[in-house]
Amino acid sequence: MTRRPSRSLHPLAWWVWAVCLAVVAMQSLNPNPFLLLLICGVACFVVSSCRGNEPWARSLTFFLRLGVVIIAIRVAIEILFGQRGLPGHVLFTLPRAPLPSWAAAVSIGGAVTLESILTAFVLGLQIAVVVVCFGAANSLASPYRLLRCLPAVLYEAGVAVTVALSFTPELMESIAAVRQARRLRGIPTKGLRGLRGVAVPVLEGALDRSLQLATSMDARGYGRREATKSTVRRVATGVTVLGLLLAAIGVYGVIDSSSMFGLGLPIITLAFALCAVGMAVSGRRSTRTRYRPDAWGLPEWCVSASGVIALTAMLVARAINVSGIVVSFHPLVVPALPLLPVAGILIAAAPAFVVPAPRPSTTRARARSRAEVEAVGA
Amino acid sequence: MIRFDNVSFTFTGAERPTLRNISLDIPEGELCVVVGETGTGKSTFLRAINGLVPHFTGGILSGSVTLEGRSTRDHRPRDLADVVGYVGQNPVAGFVTERVEDELAYTMENLGVPPDAMRRRVEDTVDLLGLHDLRDRSLRALSGGQQQRVAIGAVLTASPRVLVLDEPTSALDPAAAEEVLSALARLVHDLGLTVCMAEHRLERVLPFADRMILVPGGGAPLVVGTPQDVMRDASVAPPIVQLGRLAGWDPLPLTVRDARRQVGALRARIGPTNPAATAGLVSGAPLATAHKLDVTYGPVMAVNSLELELRPGEVTVLMGRNGSGKSTLLNTLAGGRPPSRGSVRVDTQDPYRMEPAARVRQVGLVPQDPGLLLYGESVHDECRRADRASNLADGTAAATLERILPGLPPDRHPRDLSEGQRLALALAVVLAPAPRLLLLDEPTRGLDYPSKDRLITHLRELADHGHTVVLATHDVELAARLADRAVVMANGEIIADGPAHTVVCHSPVFAPQVAKILAPGEWLTLDEVRAAMAGTPA
Repeated sequence: MTRRPSRSLHPLAWWVWAVCLAVVAMQSLNPNPFLLLLICGVACFVVSSCRGNEPWARSLTFFLRLGVVIIAIRVAIEILFGQRGLPGHVLFTLPRAPLPSWAAAVSIGGAVTLESILTAFVLGLQIAVVVVCFGAANSLASPYRLLRCLPAVLYEAGVAVTVALSFTPELMESIAAVRQARRLRGIPTKGLRGLRGVAVPVLEGALDRSLQLATSMDARGYGRREATKSTVRRVATGVTVLGLLLAAIGVYGVIDSSSMFGLGLPIITLAFALCAVGMAVSGRRSTRTRYRPDAWGLPEWCVSASGVIALTAMLVARAINVSGIVVSFHPLVVPALPLLPVAGILIAAAPAFVVPAPRPSTTRARARSRAEVEAVGA
Repeated sequence: MIRFDNVSFTFTGAERPTLRNISLDIPEGELCVVVGETGTGKSTFLRAINGLVPHFTGGILSGSVTLEGRSTRDHRPRDLADVVGYVGQNPVAGFVTERVEDELAYTMENLGVPPDAMRRRVEDTVDLLGLHDLRDRSLRALSGGQQQRVAIGAVLTASPRVLVLDEPTSALDPAAAEEVLSALARLVHDLGLTVCMAEHRLERVLPFADRMILVPGGGAPLVVGTPQDVMRDASVAPPIVQLGRLAGWDPLPLTVRDARRQVGALRARIGPTNPAATAGLVSGAPLATAHKLDVTYGPVMAVNSLELELRPGEVTVLMGRNGSGKSTLLNTLAGGRPPSRGSVRVDTQDPYRMEPAARVRQVGLVPQDPGLLLYGESVHDECRRADRASNLADGTAAATLERILPGLPPDRHPRDLSEGQRLALALAVVLAPAPRLLLLDEPTRGLDYPSKDRLITHLRELADHGHTVVLATHDVELAARLADRAVVMANGEIIADGPAHTVVCHSPVFAPQVAKILAPGEWLTLDEVRAAMAGTPA
């Protein structure tokens, strides 16, 4: 196992990897629970061995909890409102609530079968695994860093999102401070009148802060532009709008393959091309440069390739109808473990061995500065 | 470098101009300090330099401001970002990114500096300001002094020729302020940067200043000159200058070192011992006690097995660097949070468990940001709410306010008040139920000398009427003038506790200027020196 010098990976690599895993998990309407659990395990394993020590690196726990909640809700809904009348092993029977005839499609209560509960559990698990995949991407590459990779023309939208994200914790802090101060004045913090007393200073403070931030950003050159001809600007806008319109039409064509003579895919491709041209043209107006952009090197290729391989394996297995990808719940059968997808998913665990975890930030900084001193000395 | 040519500025809707007919020229490589009372237009003056006034604030500006030949009339602040760096009053509010290194690069990214040049300038700035260990840290996890240095670094990377700072040390403890000011002085000396900064605590900046601009307010003409000239008869003056004027020293000393060269005659005249320094602590039964007090936030121990007794009629000053547990201690004493271990008693009761209405009669806390307490529509409304919340007779709070700061317009919105007026209002609201224990957290942030004088008089009066007053502050001059007793905290523990004269005079960090000049005699304030001089004619 070779450990390369530590640096944090390009955020896009992690997101490609995670999206591929999520798509693998979504590949079947009746998914194999063992495959789902394997994906979840691989995601957690990679996160635990590759994550740094930034604040967001601990967010996976939250997503795992969220997954459990999703499964619980899915099963509970099945028990209360599930489809009845399918054969199976009855576990228990809930009293049926009579509903008027126009609501015949919905039933409340009734006999609950093992099969229906298992189906609900597996379908809930499928959603949970997709959520965990996104949680994994989130804890491996901060959403802030992903925003930094946006093309120049979307940069300003990215800044708005960044600022909004950092405002939320500040708002929480100032709510706590105001409530504390209020309590000390002997004034209630609950109820409608209390709400006003808390909301007014908090909102005023937030407004003050955003004005200060805007001042600082302006004084630091935010929004500087080179003068461009207005015709260029108009053409760029027009091309982008046309691209978006075509994209909408194209999506319709792809979903309903009988319409538009199968032109859906070409139209979408054209639409994306137009959008890209429009963005590139308007992006040229911005004179920004980027400080130490994230590099895309061998580790990034490895990480994204491992995800793509897992997805390809799954797609191939589905195309050649490997058994065990689609599971039968009626009747209940213990599903077989399909070899090809399992191998693919296991390859997606490769980042844990290929890519080192970033070391604690301060030692990393020192190591870097020492390396630079040595380089200069040499 | 910076040229003001007959500049006047009027805010929208204001009757009188804030700045009137200003013409001045600040040459390259000067450290220029802008002084004046609160609300006289210091910030407006500073913001006019890079065009934030009027591009950002609105209002009417006549005349012209030019930097290196570029007029703010044709250039917006963002177009001047490569010539002038501006650091606002609250550095945290101006941070755009999450990480120190990204923040340092942000201005350059906007200016379109090529990546390799960016990398080089970040490294230079990191070395210049000593930010090595911080470069990968999150901005919000830094201490106040570190944040201020990062904010300065973040505008420096764009290699501006001018740096404009609005009260860069107001929130910092003496050591951190020293750190920031010496970094600035270094930039002026080594890089030939032109620095223009506003500051209330003149005692901190005077030794570094090449030139002073006194903004008298009310549209009166600016007084510009060397610190010696301006300080000779300025209305705002640090203790060292006042002592110099009192003793008739010429030239007027601006640093402790200069003053000590001339101090011989004065020392001989007032004698070696200070009669006021022999006073001990107030005795009697304590009003409030903390016993084996621990307060923890998660893994952080903010207050650590602390013992404290506070007696009626005593003014105690809590000192210590940022994050030493002062605010936490005050909050716990006020019943804002429960102790993690140990106990807090105010008049034999636990303040955290007291009924709110009963508690406000026992203990009142003015937080660091007095605005947190205020949410009324007007001054009058605020006073009325205070009366109702503590079941007081109508007009009690208004009467209290009248005593603290007479003549505050009752229909004014609290947000439109100056820092000092807002503090007075918050103080009135807290003092209306006449709490026996009054706690103040950093009450002098942004206060000018006259407002400070009023605050001191008022707190002294309260103590003389048997109230117990505790204030946490970084302002050593305030502490010297007000305190009977000084308590120094470090890492949540009390490391020094005793009569103010003994504790403060012997600390190199917390000693006020008068004490430094007249050491080893235990003199703290001008008043003491003045009284001693009156007793012994020259």
